[in-house]
Amino acid sequence: MSSAAVILALAVAAVMILGFVAARWGHANLGDLEQWALGGRRFGTIVSWFLLGGDLYTAYTFIAVPALVYGVGALGFFAVPYATLAYPIALVVLTRFWTVARARGYVTAADFIRDRYDDRGLEIAIALTGVAASMPYVALQLVGMRAVLGQFGVLGAAGAMPALTVAFVLLAAVTYVSGLRAPALIAFVKDTLIYVTVITAIVVIPARLGGWSHIFAVSAATLASRPRPSSLLLAPSQYFTYSTMVLGSALFLFLYPHSITSVLSARSREVIRRNAALLPIYSILLGLLALLGYCAVAAGISAKDTSSIVPLLFARYFPQWFYGVAGAAIFIGALVPAAVMSIGAANLCASNVFREFSPQRSPVETIVAKVLTLVICATALLFVFFVPVPYAIDFQLLGGALMLQVFPAFVMGLWTRWFEPKALLAGWACGLAAACAMAYDAGFTSNYTLHAFGGTLTGFIAFYSLLINLLVSVGGTLALHAAGVASGGDRTTAADFA
Amino acid sequence: MRRRGWYLLLILPFVGTLLPPLYNRAHPALAGLPFFYWYQLAWVVVTPILLGIVVVFTGEGDRV
Repeated sequence: MSSAAVILALAVAAVMILGFVAARWGHANLGDLEQWALGGRRFGTIVSWFLLGGDLYTAYTFIAVPALVYGVGALGFFAVPYATLAYPIALVVLTRFWTVARARGYVTAADFIRDRYDDRGLEIAIALTGVAASMPYVALQLVGMRAVLGQFGVLGAAGAMPALTVAFVLLAAVTYVSGLRAPALIAFVKDTLIYVTVITAIVVIPARLGGWSHIFAVSAATLASRPRPSSLLLAPSQYFTYSTMVLGSALFLFLYPHSITSVLSARSREVIRRNAALLPIYSILLGLLALLGYCAVAAGISAKDTSSIVPLLFARYFPQWFYGVAGAAIFIGALVPAAVMSIGAANLCASNVFREFSPQRSPVETIVAKVLTLVICATALLFVFFVPVPYAIDFQLLGGALMLQVFPAFVMGLWTRWFEPKALLAGWACGLAAACAMAYDAGFTSNYTLHAFGGTLTGFIAFYSLLINLLVSVGGTLALHAAGVASGGDRTTAADFA
Repeated sequence: MRRRGWYLLLILPFVGTLLPPLYNRAHPALAGLPFFYWYQLAWVVVTPILLGIVVVFTGEGDRV
């Protein structure tokens, strides 16, 4: 085996052991859902910073963002302002959600929907949206892991899938046993490795390529001469696209079940508030990493699948042993979010979809959630075995648009009970249908071109479908109120939000 | 309640980054990075500072 493969194997074995040891952290009864799924709601600022950072900045992010910049130029840089604007939104929204969730004992966002609107249909709709958006995201983590394994020559293409299966079965076992404590502990290793790798890359690689001025000059020429030319700057027709991509993505980042799960594991409101200010440190890293896309252009790296440009860049400029460290960073960087995503999706199923079976929180609910994480991991693995990679990415793009459809009911619902649940459900359904139709029509890209009033306007599908959702939710509520229908059910009180 | 005013600071990053015509330029470059790139990277640094100010000045003295 090469030294890189040895380092990767050792690192993965070490974090798996760490994951099992995590079960003993705090001597908790892991048969209790809040202990298993939310780590007992006792994580402080530092643990939350590592867990949320480890969870939001997935291995796939670190591969896909430079790949996008490599592929489309300036437009691909949208991830950087997006990962910045998400935090002011998080500070305001998540602080309020955390408060009501602690007061009322919520494990998921859909728990809040049930209490706030007393509408079973809306609760299930919100829960299933989270599950549907999480599945392809877990699968993409596996794609990232496979990309790393595929790069290690000894294993080869034939060895990659069995190795991936072993790693994922271990991950499922660790999650089953230790719950959220496992990714929380492993995140310390993951984030440290990612920081070391990215900082090294951003210091070493541009210097080897002759500095940023040179890299940008070469990139400008190369991008312009491609069959589908792009540029270092946005075309005026891309302004609206860029802005809607930034705003739309910033709005849905924290709606994902894995974000919610990590947020609810925080010990206090102050932990959330502090992390809203401290987490953007990861975005600085992401911004520097995005520029590696241009390094790959300048280095003349070409790949059929752009998601392998980062591993290829590392392979070319890092010594063999450090390439092993970088591979471990990406690989473990996929394990942490995959674990939290499967826990988040399992919580939604156990707490909101199957709740009819156990109206009170009971040990049965925990068992359901634990078994469901195994089911979700297995499904994601099958997905990677049988679904071609481009489809996985398409589903993921659609996933963001789906996730944003919970915004009116969930985020606006944190401040107002004005909306009628039936209108919100109609808005959700219309937004969902519109997102799917636009994605289909646009050939599964993230932007859709509107033709209206003799002009065209290309914008983010998630953003357009949210507008449709809002329109229907507001219109429906006005219509229901005009017809004298007003649902009164709301089990939350003003004191729960204080 | 007057302390809520600090939250208005958080509007700045939105104004600063959601209007691409403001910064879609190559010059002035900084350390080889075109303006478009270093300007947006600057917001990644400035935003957490603004967030930090808001968090500190609207602190509730909660147990951490």
